[in-house]
Amino acid sequence: MKGHEAIEKIVRALKGDELVISANGMISRELFAVKDSANNFYMLGSMGLASSIGLGLALTVPNRKIVVLDGDGNLLMNMGSLATIANLSPRNFVQIVLDNESYVSTGGQPTASGTVELEKVARSCGFKLCRRIEDANGLETLIEELLRADGPTLVLVKIESFWKQVPRVARRPEDIRSRFRDSAKHSLAPALGRKCGIRS
Amino acid sequence: MKALEFSSALKQRGFTFFAGVPDTILKGVIDVLSADSEVRYVSATREEEAIGIAVGAYLGGQQPVVLMQNSGFGNSIGALATLPLLYKIPLLLLISWRGYRGKDAPEHSVIGTCTMNLLKDIGIRAETLTDKNCDKAIARAVGAIEERQVPAAILIKEGVIS
Repeated sequence: MKGHEAIEKIVRALKGDELVISANGMISRELFAVKDSANNFYMLGSMGLASSIGLGLALTVPNRKIVVLDGDGNLLMNMGSLATIANLSPRNFVQIVLDNESYVSTGGQPTASGTVELEKVARSCGFKLCRRIEDANGLETLIEELLRADGPTLVLVKIESFWKQVPRVARRPEDIRSRFRDSAKHSLAPALGRKCGIRS
Repeated sequence: MKALEFSSALKQRGFTFFAGVPDTILKGVIDVLSADSEVRYVSATREEEAIGIAVGAYLGGQQPVVLMQNSGFGNSIGALATLPLLYKIPLLLLISWRGYRGKDAPEHSVIGTCTMNLLKDIGIRAETLTDKNCDKAIARAVGAIEERQVPAAILIKEGVIS
């Protein structure tokens, strides 16, 4: 399936109240193009860290599902994150890895995911539910299943390496942050901390 | 000062979410935080990961702290530059200053010499903790975070926290 097709189907499968962290590069751009939302945090740089941001959120906003829209290159750059996530096992954590077995943004160089089965790495770490899908037809149903299941869950979505060119995310980083944080606040469970002098 | 005293001072300022990678100098603080049911300490595999987790916690409404050795700060310059510095996300960084004035194992000497300059060069203000300035150092770091909405650091040399 094509990357934009996968993202369209994933967005359709979401209920709308999930908090979504999207990986840098084409994934954030495509998500922004398909459906911009206050519930989306578009990661622009910091490659590899979408799953870590998702973990920090999952631990602090336990009453909402956290969906990480990741890529194979991103996952490989921060593979220790799978162990940290599984170790803490937040039930509200869902990681969707769009896997084109390459670094498309930088010219299509191959990644190790052509030979290494990343969903099995997640399973070995202790993710509760791990799936691989190649057929676009079952994707929406599978995402719905993942969202219902106790996390952490992960699905590897095999996509073609080609991404159609879409514009960069047309929002300032500070605006992405503030809008997203406000959106997450609406569901804030009793916080661990007391207020300190830092304005939000 | 005692690790408990320093950790309590952080808690009083509202810092209750911590992510980090261990270091010998920070051991006492991490032990106290890990045993405290009123705070959460998340152990990460690398410093960049700890920064990502802390940013997630900030987006979830917390005021997070990241603990790391200065060699780990070296690892994480790219992550700091493209995440909290780019999005203007306030984080408190507690960085152990290994290799201060060359008095440490040889692997700490290069980063130990340039830690303060590296922080300055990427736009992170830093305070150095001493036996006597605990409240003041935290207050100044918080002040820098409030003013600029980016990370600020407290550097901790060997022997200051027991």
